[in-house]
Amino acid sequence: MISLTSPVRTRAHGWPAGAKLLALCVASVVLFALPYWQAQLVAALAVLSLYTLPGAVFLLHGLRRLWPLWPFVVVLLAWHLVIGAPREGAVIVLRMLSAVALANLVTMTTTLNAMMEVVKWLLKPLAALGVNLRKIELAAAMVIRFTPVLAEKGAALAMAWRARARRRASWRVILPFLVLALDDADNVAEALRARGGFGMDESK
Amino acid sequence: MTSEHNVVQIALFTALIAALGLIPQLTLAFGVPITAQSLGVMLCGTVLGAKRGAYAALLFVGLVAIGLPLLAGGRGGLGLFTSPTAGFLIGFPFAAFFTGYAMEKLNRMPVGWAAGLAAVIGGVIVLYAFGIAGMSLVLERSVIEAAALVTAFIPGDLIKAALAGVITAALYRARPHSVMSRG
Repeated sequence: MISLTSPVRTRAHGWPAGAKLLALCVASVVLFALPYWQAQLVAALAVLSLYTLPGAVFLLHGLRRLWPLWPFVVVLLAWHLVIGAPREGAVIVLRMLSAVALANLVTMTTTLNAMMEVVKWLLKPLAALGVNLRKIELAAAMVIRFTPVLAEKGAALAMAWRARARRRASWRVILPFLVLALDDADNVAEALRARGGFGMDESK
Repeated sequence: MTSEHNVVQIALFTALIAALGLIPQLTLAFGVPITAQSLGVMLCGTVLGAKRGAYAALLFVGLVAIGLPLLAGGRGGLGLFTSPTAGFLIGFPFAAFFTGYAMEKLNRMPVGWAAGLAAVIGGVIVLYAFGIAGMSLVLERSVIEAAALVTAFIPGDLIKAALAGVITAALYRARPHSVMSRG
């Protein structure tokens, strides 16, 4: 599976993930509280400079991930120019870009394992309430393992469709796809039980 | 139903939502290409029921948050949660829950109609409520203005809800036990 983490290793990779997430929360709250376009411009430039620190590859990678926002930028700027409030528009557009860029920055510089550790720590109180965290962990691992498997099976179904029909596969391939996933679930559950399962009360 | 079976089924449906975003785009009856991801969320509700469906969608959102590229187009990460479309993503578990809940309540209706209606309630009405609220917060627009920005997508999602009904009905004919919202 492709990874959203940065192609280059940065110094921020070594920082604790929890601290980065906390800083992100604080920064986002501040961004949403700042009503001045000058302040938003400074903030946006600060975020941009953070992206330039690890080099051009990192910067390009980061900018590419902001690309999906362009329809919003266009609509918002056009709208605010029409109603004659360009400053207000600048505040909203700049804030949106900085908020998304900052959050992406945390994702880019934090490994999946480090994120998982933070999630585990956050979920700890749930364990006291009787939630089996091992189940959540196992479910997450299974999703990571099975997404490419299912995607491959889905692509094979779509290809088989195209071999028979001249048009692209229609929504009708979703039913066999669903049945395949349910069959896989049966098999995996059985295999899991044969290996001892969760070793706990079966009635739950 | 064993506890292993429950967890595996939830995980497989989460993977199904992701896979529906990864497979080449499917075409609707009129040749409009769609990403089937929100259809996956609807199916979570109509097939797994309220609770398990919500867990599957919640797991999906959680894994996207920690940085897995599971959303259509290989997107993922925390940036999605501060973007204008964050509400739709955050609304996924709620959409699955209310789809499943409606499905369970409509148990006197034929499966297909119940699933279609449930998907409209959860996958369109509830999901858009979250999506529009998120958009109006991030973009500082009124709810009406935010709603105007997304109305163009509603017909496509209504079609997906209808498809969720047809697919769930077909699954019920083929494998009655698999439609757990009718269990």
